[in-house]
Amino acid sequence: MFSKRLPIAKMAAAVVALSAVIAAVMLSINWNGAEDSTAAPKIDDLLNIEIVLSSIIFSIVVVALGYALYKFRAKPGDESDGEPIHGNTRLEITWTLVPTIIVLFSGAWSWKVLNEIEEPAAHQLTVDVFSQQYAWSFGYPGKEYAYSQGVLHVPVNRQIVFKMHSQDVIHSFWVPQWRIKKDNVPGITTTALITPTKIGHYQVICTQLCGFGHAAMRAKVIVQSESAFDKWVEGLKEKVPTPLMVSVKQDTQTNPEPLEQVEAE
Amino acid sequence: MIATFTRPGWYRAVLCTVLAAAFGFGIVVLLRVISGLPAMQTEQTGYPQVVVPLITAPLGFLLGIGCFDYWIRWGIGMPTIPDDHSSHGAYSWKDYFKVNTDHKVIGIQYIVTSFFFFLVGGLMAMLIRAELAQPGTQIVSAATFNGLFSTHAVLMIFVFIIPMFAGIANYVLPLMIGAPDMAFPRLNALSYWMLPMAGILFLASFLAPGGAFDAGWTGYAPLSTGAPLGQSFFNIGVQFAGFSSIFTALNFLVTIITMRAPGMTFWRMPLLVWANLSTSLLVVAATPFISGAQFMVLFDRILHTNFFQFGAGGDVISYQHIFWFYSHPAVYIMILPGFGIISEVISIHSRKPIFGYRLMALALIGIIVLSYSVWAHHMFVAGMFSWLRVPMMFTTLLIAVPTGIKIFSWLGTLYFGKIHTKSTAMLFALAFIVTFTIGGISGVMLGMVPFDIHVSQTYFIVAHIHFVLFGGSVFTIFAGLYHWFPKMTGRMYDEKLGRIHFWGTLIGTWGTFVPMHWIGMEGMPRRVADYASQFGNWNLLISCFAFMLGAVQLIFVYNMIVSWRFGPKAEANPWRGNSIEWLVSSPPPVFNFDEIPRVVGGPYEYGIPGARHAIMGGEGAEVPATQPSVVGT
Repeated sequence: MFSKRLPIAKMAAAVVALSAVIAAVMLSINWNGAEDSTAAPKIDDLLNIEIVLSSIIFSIVVVALGYALYKFRAKPGDESDGEPIHGNTRLEITWTLVPTIIVLFSGAWSWKVLNEIEEPAAHQLTVDVFSQQYAWSFGYPGKEYAYSQGVLHVPVNRQIVFKMHSQDVIHSFWVPQWRIKKDNVPGITTTALITPTKIGHYQVICTQLCGFGHAAMRAKVIVQSESAFDKWVEGLKEKVPTPLMVSVKQDTQTNPEPLEQVEAE
Repeated sequence: MIATFTRPGWYRAVLCTVLAAAFGFGIVVLLRVISGLPAMQTEQTGYPQVVVPLITAPLGFLLGIGCFDYWIRWGIGMPTIPDDHSSHGAYSWKDYFKVNTDHKVIGIQYIVTSFFFFLVGGLMAMLIRAELAQPGTQIVSAATFNGLFSTHAVLMIFVFIIPMFAGIANYVLPLMIGAPDMAFPRLNALSYWMLPMAGILFLASFLAPGGAFDAGWTGYAPLSTGAPLGQSFFNIGVQFAGFSSIFTALNFLVTIITMRAPGMTFWRMPLLVWANLSTSLLVVAATPFISGAQFMVLFDRILHTNFFQFGAGGDVISYQHIFWFYSHPAVYIMILPGFGIISEVISIHSRKPIFGYRLMALALIGIIVLSYSVWAHHMFVAGMFSWLRVPMMFTTLLIAVPTGIKIFSWLGTLYFGKIHTKSTAMLFALAFIVTFTIGGISGVMLGMVPFDIHVSQTYFIVAHIHFVLFGGSVFTIFAGLYHWFPKMTGRMYDEKLGRIHFWGTLIGTWGTFVPMHWIGMEGMPRRVADYASQFGNWNLLISCFAFMLGAVQLIFVYNMIVSWRFGPKAEANPWRGNSIEWLVSSPPPVFNFDEIPRVVGGPYEYGIPGARHAIMGGEGAEVPATQPSVVGT
């Protein structure tokens, strides 16, 4: 009944045109910055899919509202009522089912991406991340727990297993160009898998409020070739200090593998 | 002279506050001395000699102001004073400063008090934006900054948005269902008076050594368990705000279930009533969790329990589970009553029945059921068990479906109507639809785990929550205040000033919160006083819009105050509404109805000749013969 009284074809055309314009503008912008890990392009693709879907939804709302305001405004002095339409079961079922399909599709795609970015690779390298108010330090188990403060070196194109430990409050490890973030939680070990794909300099940003020094809690990240990395680790003089080793040995891992406790020595 | 201090009122309140504080302080000192400890304890997480009075002094105030008089007399078997209705209804401005049992007075008390806290929280937002206008720290230190944004959020959430909705519903809801008052008027008064207690405790934390609580409104352990004294003010303030909202919710539930006018079946209730019914169900079941979480933090701090002390077997992440088990439903507590307001406003001003009324009511129920199963989407990067992320993602995404139903049904309501946009309430309602859609879309994006891993804890989150809380809840609050202002005050507000306020608020909201999405995705974390210089220009722009947004709120304050005093007299039904509150005078009589109204049809029967929602008893028992049903066509 509505289809006869509303210019459905024109409205649909307006929705298509508006969503095309919004999506085109939004897709042309690189929102998340450089894509320097294997996860980054996958997450950005997911964002792009969502931008397209959202542009359509938003355009439907805007066109529907705009047309209603254009067409159904009361003339000045018109005190009459609108038509007593109480609903339309088919329309209501449509706008229940279609969004359900859209969100289930988004969920399924997200699940797929999540599995991909957390897929363990062969030939991993483990690096321990230690955080405390307000500093980062890093341990490299490969060479008897070599230790570096305020600067993280990793090789390019190799999956790094970051094992995160906090000594005091919750901190969060984030390198925006890698797209991956994980809280460092005192008392447990959290894990993140990241494969950097580009040589360069980055920053670890603490994103979990940890006190007055939170904003300044940063560390330098240097992604380098495997050989340069090996040489750099060789040259490290310091060993991971004992208090930090305690949390390494008490590794009560929660993520991504199931809980597994290592007895403290 | 003695009578001054024995009658309930402000003199007795001050006296009781002082006595109760002294009692709290004294008992701590006494017990410590008896136990051979130093009388004062000044560890930063300690100060029991301050913390205990923080609990006793507000209780003393509530006792003194007269919240408990009737119950105490009844409880100890004293002859109760026959209620002469002297504390019911307001006859001068002074009555608003007393314990009053009239739901309309309590409604106004709620609205004015929470609006006061909105202005204070808004000033803090201005300070925050002033600090963030440039990279580096200029105005406040990093520690003060943490206190500012924590207090800003807590004031806005616990003593502005939640109680503001309680206030609007307190005023409107009993009228709407044809009830003479709320089910428990004395409990209602107690609920109200707890609210300023909470707000004052939050603000008083600025006076504590170490400054205001600064662990964010989320107060994550162990940052909160080790924080200075101000954190205890938060822990205790939340208890007062929480009990206030639980009592109000119980009151609404009983009122809605038992006190509807004859003929008002569930399917004849206006959607505002449905919205408050659902909200109350959420509050009653969820709020105890935040009370519990904050008690556990307080016990960890004061009594050295080990709920969240990781070194002693406590579990840090369990705090987040308990906290979000309340605080996710809380975001629906902060929007569902707004959904109700928007339904009323849109239907009246487009002169049309709500499109799909039953599905609208069912969508509310769908939201409350789903909202209990999504809390861990706040914890996708928190290090909880990883398998939990996927089911939580799906429930989170699915909650967009009932929310979408509401958006589409409001749009459907507009079609083939006669839309009047002369009321500022309607402007806010229409703008809400678009703005809230943006907030909903970014919410769906945040529900998708891989994207959330990137943007969680960044400015993208700040943008999202302000789009749903400011562009959502606050827009609906303004719509509701403008809509029922004539009913509450008996005066009309100035539409011209209303329009300026509306456009300023709309442009300010978009200008402030849209760019926050961008800087968040690009790498600016939230809750920082200082940031990388690449974000400088955007932040300056955001701050400029924020100042504008803040400034136009003063127009609203001016409009409300001046119109309340000098505005033209309002008729009983200026918007030509159908629901029962428009059938009584503006403002309504002290006891609402001379005769109980009878409900004879659905609440939104616009466009049907002769259709009525309710008739007053005096109008005879003539029920129009052809009452249309509200079932969809």
